[in-house]
Amino acid sequence: MSKTKKQLLTTGALILLGICILWAQSNFNNYTLRILNLSAIYAILGVSLNLIFGFTGQFSLGHAGFMAIGAYTTSLLIIPKYYKEMTFLIEPLIWPFSVLQLPFIVALLLGGLFAAIFAIIIGLPVLRLRGDYLGIATLGFAEIIRVIANNIPQITNGALGLKGIPAYTNLWWTLGFTVFTIFVIKRLIASSYGRALMAIRENEIAAEAIGVSLTYHKVMSFTVSAFFAGIGGGLLASLLTTIDPRAFMFVMTFNILIVVVIGGLGSITGTVIAAFLFNFMLEYLRPIEQGFDLGFISFPEIPGLRMVTFSLALLVVIIYNQNGLMGKLEFTWQGLFDFIDRIKNPKNSDEKGVS
Amino acid sequence: MDIFLQNLANGLSLGSLYALIAIGYTMVYGILRLINFAHGEIFMLGAYFLYYGVLIFNLPWWLSFIVAVILTAIAGMLTERFAYRPLRKAPRISILISAIGVSFFLQNAGIVVFSGVPKSFHRPAIFDHMFIFGNIRISSITFASIVISLIFLMGLLFIVYRTKTGLAMRAISTDIETARLMAVNVDQTISITFAIGSALAAVGGILWALKYPQIFPLMGMIPGLKAFIAAVLGGIGNIFGAMIGGFILGMAEILLVGFMPQLSGYRDAFAFLILIIILLFKPDGLMGKNVQEKV
Repeated sequence: MSKTKKQLLTTGALILLGICILWAQSNFNNYTLRILNLSAIYAILGVSLNLIFGFTGQFSLGHAGFMAIGAYTTSLLIIPKYYKEMTFLIEPLIWPFSVLQLPFIVALLLGGLFAAIFAIIIGLPVLRLRGDYLGIATLGFAEIIRVIANNIPQITNGALGLKGIPAYTNLWWTLGFTVFTIFVIKRLIASSYGRALMAIRENEIAAEAIGVSLTYHKVMSFTVSAFFAGIGGGLLASLLTTIDPRAFMFVMTFNILIVVVIGGLGSITGTVIAAFLFNFMLEYLRPIEQGFDLGFISFPEIPGLRMVTFSLALLVVIIYNQNGLMGKLEFTWQGLFDFIDRIKNPKNSDEKGVS
Repeated sequence: MDIFLQNLANGLSLGSLYALIAIGYTMVYGILRLINFAHGEIFMLGAYFLYYGVLIFNLPWWLSFIVAVILTAIAGMLTERFAYRPLRKAPRISILISAIGVSFFLQNAGIVVFSGVPKSFHRPAIFDHMFIFGNIRISSITFASIVISLIFLMGLLFIVYRTKTGLAMRAISTDIETARLMAVNVDQTISITFAIGSALAAVGGILWALKYPQIFPLMGMIPGLKAFIAAVLGGIGNIFGAMIGGFILGMAEILLVGFMPQLSGYRDAFAFLILIIILLFKPDGLMGKNVQEKV
């Protein structure tokens, strides 16, 4: 299939997505919109974690920390001035955040940028560690960021958190950034940098021997990953309209990690699918614990049952799909047409093979 | 000096609890290369089993202690059998996700079965006694937790280094395939490893609940994480390392809070800070083997 045709198809699909968003934004109720937004944010976070973990092979558990940085930066830059004065009662907010109010897009990008700067500072020393030691060290940094956020009330309002964050997040922002994230990371992986990252994943020593700078590439991948994590955090803050340090505990990182592994480590398509599955499943399991009445017999409300069911489902999925739903496969137009072709003419699919 | 000794005793007592839990992490990691994130929840189960043994079945303390430890050991074996064994050949990260799944499951099953409301843990009067040495006051629970932990740690070292099962464990952690060829019953040994690790976690959980007498289904999260830090600090996979890591961490936390109370808000971050600093200088932990990769 020619490159122009693929580009045309992609453009078509994006326009179709735009029309869908336009329709969804006015027709879906707030509840469904919220789940869709949350799923799209998880997709951004998942795809960015997949870059450092799935494609570069570095076990990073620090996503929640970068999200926290992005979320706090974005929130502080978009909350209106009078709200800040109402929120920061115990200790006033320090300059320049106390007077600044920026457009959402600028605030988001600055949030991502701050997270990226932190990633460089953390990554330079820590990325020398390997395997599980790297995982626990990055998890440690994320927890340190959270504990610091808890202890600097003049910036973060401490454990009380920030309130009154303007709810700018809608499907345009979340899905738009999902597309942007996928585009950037896909281009990055297809470039020579991406090849270097995958070489590091497969074998660090061999990669170094053929002249791949380990530090440079690992830190670069970590930074790009953190940038998008920061943006995801900013979008999340504006979706929830209130944040506090507890929202960024290591459980948050685990959720993203589940999305990435269930989708298939090293598959962007899988991550996006898993992000939507994860959030829709969590929400549609809600009735289970709400208790219901069948007329002759009534079930009481049982808190916790939703997560019990969810975790059992998670165990079943991972035990029966040990490489994730998609493995390392990606969605391609070629693959789609081959698939349609096979359904149309099941007989001659073998002879055609890969064309 | 008195304050220092006082803090030292408290640090030893906290450290011995961390050591007990850290051993479960390190043994499982040594054998399966798995970070068992569900270990903190096993710790929680131990405390709840004792609570119900005493309160509902009216068992005497010593008996419900034994029953709780055995039940927790069985719970640990069951998690291995149903959540980790099917994934033995899977990529390592899949088992990790399975462990996170088990952790979520046990936490929320705890909320469903035990209810999310914290329960107060009545400790027997013997543990309220205070020993007074000059200006140092050591409660009997602080003392007991050190002694009981040491007894169990000795027992563990005996099993690992002086019995045939322990030999099998060490063989598997060196090379699982070769151990299988040498007629080591791998599945059974892994089960026993989980049982021992979980039993120690149960002892830790019970002592923890006696020390901080309030139990709730999420109580295992933070101690579990700290103990895991302790295991990594000492060099994960190494039993002595886990013990030393546990004591270092417990001591450091207590001393930080004792001498710099204005920093006590940073207590949870401090453990990680120590860990990261140590890892930067010794990337495999204090006692970990530095495995040189051959090309």
